[in-house]
Amino acid sequence: MRAPPGLARRGLLLLLVWLIVYPLVLVLLTALKGEGGWTLEFVRTFVQRPTEWRALWDSLWISLASVALAALIGVPLAFLFARYEFPGRRVLGAVVALPAVLPPLVGVLAFLFLFGESGFVAHLVKRVLHLDEAPWRLEGAGAILLVHAYSMYVYFYLFVRAGLASLDASVYEAAASLGAGRWRTLRTVILPLLRPSLAGAALLTFMTALASFSAPYIFGGGFRVMTTQIVATRLNGDDALAMVETTSLTLLALAALWVLRRSDARDAAAGAVTTGKGVAPERSRVASPAARGALAVLSWVLALVLLLPHLTLLLVSFVPTGTWTTEAVPPAYSLVNYATLVRDPVRARPLVNSLWMASLATAAAVGISLAAAIFAVRRRTRAGAAIEGLLALPWAVPGTVFAIALATAFSVHAPLVARFVLVGTLWILPLAYLVRDLPITGRAIIAGFRRLDPSLEEAAASLGAGRWRTLGRITLPLLRPAVMAGATLAFVTAFGDFVTSIMLYTYDTRPVSLEILSSLRNSDVGVAAAYGVVLMLVSAAVFAAGAERGTAG
Amino acid sequence: MTEPFLVLDGLTRRFGATVAVDRLSLSLARGEILALLGPSGSGKTTALRLLAGFETPDAGRVLVEGQDVTSLPPVSRRFGMVFQHYALFPHLDVGRNVAFGLEGAGIGRAALDARVADALALVDLGGYERRRIGQLSGGQQQRVALARALAPEPRVLLLDEPLSNLDPALRERTRGEIRELIHRLGTTTVFVTHEQDEAFDLGDRVAVLRSGRLEQVGTPEQLYAEPATPFVGGFVGRSSIVPVEVLGVGARGARVRLESVEWDVPLRAGASAPATGPAELLVRPEALWLVAAAPDALPAVVETRRFTGATSAYRVRTDQGAVLEVQGIPGAFGVGDRVGIMPSRRAGGGLHLFSRAEP
Repeated sequence: MRAPPGLARRGLLLLLVWLIVYPLVLVLLTALKGEGGWTLEFVRTFVQRPTEWRALWDSLWISLASVALAALIGVPLAFLFARYEFPGRRVLGAVVALPAVLPPLVGVLAFLFLFGESGFVAHLVKRVLHLDEAPWRLEGAGAILLVHAYSMYVYFYLFVRAGLASLDASVYEAAASLGAGRWRTLRTVILPLLRPSLAGAALLTFMTALASFSAPYIFGGGFRVMTTQIVATRLNGDDALAMVETTSLTLLALAALWVLRRSDARDAAAGAVTTGKGVAPERSRVASPAARGALAVLSWVLALVLLLPHLTLLLVSFVPTGTWTTEAVPPAYSLVNYATLVRDPVRARPLVNSLWMASLATAAAVGISLAAAIFAVRRRTRAGAAIEGLLALPWAVPGTVFAIALATAFSVHAPLVARFVLVGTLWILPLAYLVRDLPITGRAIIAGFRRLDPSLEEAAASLGAGRWRTLGRITLPLLRPAVMAGATLAFVTAFGDFVTSIMLYTYDTRPVSLEILSSLRNSDVGVAAAYGVVLMLVSAAVFAAGAERGTAG
Repeated sequence: MTEPFLVLDGLTRRFGATVAVDRLSLSLARGEILALLGPSGSGKTTALRLLAGFETPDAGRVLVEGQDVTSLPPVSRRFGMVFQHYALFPHLDVGRNVAFGLEGAGIGRAALDARVADALALVDLGGYERRRIGQLSGGQQQRVALARALAPEPRVLLLDEPLSNLDPALRERTRGEIRELIHRLGTTTVFVTHEQDEAFDLGDRVAVLRSGRLEQVGTPEQLYAEPATPFVGGFVGRSSIVPVEVLGVGARGARVRLESVEWDVPLRAGASAPATGPAELLVRPEALWLVAAAPDALPAVVETRRFTGATSAYRVRTDQGAVLEVQGIPGAFGVGDRVGIMPSRRAGGGLHLFSRAEP
């Protein structure tokens, strides 16, 4: 009745290697293979072209600049909300995290409507200054950095707030009792203690920025980062060169991961001694009424700025196509765009596609992650450690790379080497979403499993519950918060995915993000915005439902 | 002894190079309560987990009523277990927790509820079915864990440090309740503890473990009066160990020299002491008596004294540096006083001779 020991484990390991490692290896092989066998020809081409170096360099400095900007915004905000009490702090504290619910492409779309040449701000400036044209173009590195700063400061905000919350009040008191003033305490005590949080946020921001595709794709213009360069090269039909580019981006990502993880490990070792009981200090009330008022006004202005992209999107989604030309604000509003989404089967199809593909990928990712967690945490085998590492790998590799890798691996029919033609079929996008989801669900579920007391499962066994009853009655119910957290994030990621979809979609499987793109290209701005709003609302609803289901019971 | 109910036969468990449990053999009569007593790292918890089936032994067997259960998974052993941190299922209420072990048995709804109620009544928690685990105090959680383990009427009950999470005042009362309950039900029980009081109070017999090996098993009285090894003597009750020279064995036991004095130490059958030469003497505080310096007494200096009630316990250092805990009249001597040590008048008990060189 029982399977031979290790069979399931080996099967899972093989599946992950096939899904994650194998496609990447094939990319490398393709980069090194020409008509007549092994060759360094494409590598040479890559090295000799200044445009390639340029793209790699642009990727690097854009990512570093994104980290700096995100930190500049996120860290002070975290301090403000963690340490000071002022009117509206609670509501605003939630609003500040809002950019996180905007899928990347939707955020880009909102920025286009808001700050683009024909966006609201441009209209306003033109009217005020009596200009015929907007005095700027939303294009190039500046535009990319604007979007990155807006969407990525949230990482710094959330990490540093969590870090501050875990600092014991006694740390501040000890510093004060030793005669350290506010600035000295901050510089010599608080910031060093926050280093793990800062390093974590910096790593996440850097990797996200390096992998960023939507903003460079829409706003890049002539400015190419490596992700957009890869797609352009591939569109030119220069496959082997695209593989070399893909490899170079992967290496850059892994190098960054290595550098940042090393400092992270050092900090973790240093931070281990300092974790207190986590009694966060009282927030200081801002004393003078004037300062409080100023702070409150400032915060509300900030909230408005943060909400502007969301509001813009909402507003534009109510504007019928072609009715808004030169006016400062749109002259007419209606629900016609939403009606189109619902009534027109061609328009409704992408929503259905995204829903089922994201659901399937999320379900599969949760299933695989659960199995992986059992092997990695409960059985503590060496294969378990390998499984855990494999699950985390897609996180470090930009989505563009995986899209290329999957497109390479699954465009050939060679069952003997486990390659099948999936490109062009219904299954390639769910598969790609699955690979992108695995690190998200894997991390959440494995962490949840680690927190679960193993004696609970032993207790169930000693009470006569078999493996499956224990899983269904004890383990899964207790893991629910972790599963829900991982699943919601995975679903939202897959639902809003643009970067892998653009490389792998077919007309029949076109997801919402690509329909947004084509609506935009057809100047169907209102419909594009309506899709964006739907994407945003579904994401927000899934987050809310996940938070509720995860904690109830 | 009649046919033993539960037998541990040469159980061995290694973790890498360390032997956590080393050829452990024990047998229990039906309804007996056995304590596994030992310091941390002595292998007592591993022994319990081997019994429960959570660990697989590298060698040895576990028998219940003559049936070999060594290779049975925990699911099929029908052993009840109370975990150190109780391992109550936090998402199920008290009733569901207790019912968990009964649900697989195909009992009807009404009968199930009745058995849950019975089990909760056993531990004085009647009517607590719908309470959430988080609403219970530590003592109540402990009793729910006990009820949950007992509800399926296990063949053997296993308790892992059952009282270590309770505050000291509650611990003593709970100890009495558990003992009374287990004896009433007649469930054969093995429990693990590192506290001597707990082992003596709850266990019919106590097995002392050290580094995975069984040092001695017996009733509390036996362990105290006839320790098989210096370790047992030191772990159970208060004692000091001093080096002595055995001069010879006579009718009154062994004649030993301790620095400037010679004492007679009664020998027990099977004791490991040498007939002559160097040995170790384990001394209970009540085996000696403190007097003012006298010619036939062992001279020493008082280092500390501790009031214990009818007598005081004095820690004294002999001229050659041996440290002994000795009984004396409270307040008779002060720290720094020169005193003499005599064998207590009701001599015989409390002096145990062992061969030397046990690490």
